[in-house]
Amino acid sequence: MLKDITLGQFFPGTSLVHRLDPRTKLLCVVLYIAALFTAAGWVSYAVVFALLAVAVGISRIGVKALLRGMKPVVVILVFTGALNLFYTQTGTELVHLGFLHITTGGLERAFFMVTRILMLISGTFLLTYTTSPIALTDGLEHLLGPLKLLKVPVHDLAMMMSIALRFIPTLIEETDKIMSAQKARGADFEGGSLLDKARAMVPLMVPLFVSAFRRADELATAMECRCYHGGEGRTRLKQLRFQAADWAVLALFVALLALIVVLKLRFRV
Amino acid sequence: MSEPIVKLEQVSFSYPAVEGRPHTALKDVTLEVEEGSFVAVLGHNGCGKSTLAKHMNAILLPLGGKVWVAGMDTADESRWLDVHRTVGMVFQNPDNQIVANVVEEDVAFAPENLGVPSPEIRRRVDEALEIVGMSKYARHAPHRLSGGQKQRVAIAGVIAMQPRCIVMDEPTAMLDPVGREEVLKTIRRLNREQHTTVVLITHHMDEAAMADRLVVMDHGEVIADGTPRTVFQKVELLRSVGLTVPDTVELLYELRQAGLDLPLDALSVEECAQAICGCLRSN
Ligand SMILES: Nc1ncnc2c1ncn2[C@@H]1O[C@H](COP(=O)(O)OP(=O)(O)OP(=O)(O)O)[C@@H](O)[C@H]1O
Ligand SMILES: [Mg+2]
Repeated sequence: MLKDITLGQFFPGTSLVHRLDPRTKLLCVVLYIAALFTAAGWVSYAVVFALLAVAVGISRIGVKALLRGMKPVVVILVFTGALNLFYTQTGTELVHLGFLHITTGGLERAFFMVTRILMLISGTFLLTYTTSPIALTDGLEHLLGPLKLLKVPVHDLAMMMSIALRFIPTLIEETDKIMSAQKARGADFEGGSLLDKARAMVPLMVPLFVSAFRRADELATAMECRCYHGGEGRTRLKQLRFQAADWAVLALFVALLALIVVLKLRFRV
Repeated sequence: MSEPIVKLEQVSFSYPAVEGRPHTALKDVTLEVEEGSFVAVLGHNGCGKSTLAKHMNAILLPLGGKVWVAGMDTADESRWLDVHRTVGMVFQNPDNQIVANVVEEDVAFAPENLGVPSPEIRRRVDEALEIVGMSKYARHAPHRLSGGQKQRVAIAGVIAMQPRCIVMDEPTAMLDPVGREEVLKTIRRLNREQHTTVVLITHHMDEAAMADRLVVMDHGEVIADGTPRTVFQKVELLRSVGLTVPDTVELLYELRQAGLDLPLDALSVEECAQAICGCLRSN
């Protein structure tokens, strides 16, 4: 079950998508999401989807890896789909089952909502799959740089995020280990009611938290020993640099958003 | 003689008591570490080895006495950054000292903090990975490496800082025999070829025997200090504080107790065999 957690996972590679500057990718994802939420009809969705498909193709991440990341949200998808299907009562009625009415409008809406969530997740996953967490936080730190003027601790937040990402695999491994140890002593994590399951988690969470705090303490000491003293005067192994490709891709995504907005306002498709 | 890289003068320290009396972890420890030397610190669990190590780079400050690192008083807060960069520290658990998700990014962490220019960081990272024999893994994720490899990455991370002295607190304690051997080889190389001063904290006799100098601690005090050869001859003393001696010394000691005329200062198996052969021949 824990193997399904792909959040923050990074698949190294050399494709164009991998090589783009993290700032470009972050901005593109923002533009992409904006476009996705502006999209008002079949044509718009098809355009956004085409761009996503091309990006996935170039990245060579593979649709399978993307779909694997969707598993945890299946419940949300089904729920959203059902809700929109049954509560939208426009267009002609297709099915009438007791108190349930399925209409063409409902079908269309449910399809759009589910597709929107799927595309939203795919887009953000493509970002984290092709960008090393270090590059990602580095990019974020640069993009949010102006907030420093408002006394927002941008560097510290970025550092916290990169450490959190760094420890995800370590903590997952540890959870697995503790689970095996508890299972060996007869603990049951799968069976029983929801309450039983929650109860079974207690002996799992306690040692996990204790160890996480100990790790945090040791890591802080180790960082201090390696001369960490905040973001001031810090240099980087890899300086971020915008290439021609970055500008081109960025322009493409700006164009995408503009197109979707025009499609919506002028043609409502 | 040149100034010692680390100098402790009658250092005492106790941890704040949770309940009851404060726990004395160091008592009047006086110690000088010469530049370029390889010092092992030996002692059983809870005798204050880690506490001693943390005093060597201002992670802990002495409650009594003084600690000097390359002439800097560690109590002087304005020098801490210099103290940290002069004396590097490697800890027991490699998982808890690796900061980044990519090996080379992690090794670059210390020079980045020091504001070293990018091309120079690149050079240092490559060199450090070369020294620990991990160049091949520069682009790997640390959590996929073996324990010994992770610990070597952690050591590379300290080397890249270019400290004059590296203090290692039981760097092999969590490793399997293969990983341990890799790390020990790295440490030896660091001292012999890079001339980095090494303070190795351990409770393995054979690791202690590699050093030029051996310091034995018990209950927060230094109870023996000298070359491994001379220290290991104090068999009774070591046993009284719950430490064993290397098998070779143990054998010679037992034979001596049985009345044979043998020297005690044989550390390698060959030396030990020669000593016994010599003794048998002269009988
Ligand atoms: N954070 C702490 N708070 C209170 N007491 C501590 C703390 N850390 C260590 N001690 C106590 O101080 C004494 C010396 O601890 P230290 O960690 O230096 O021993 P050590 O020789 O490194 O032991 P080990 O071989 O287990 O690593 C021990 O008795 C320990 O219980
Ligand atoms: Mg210790």
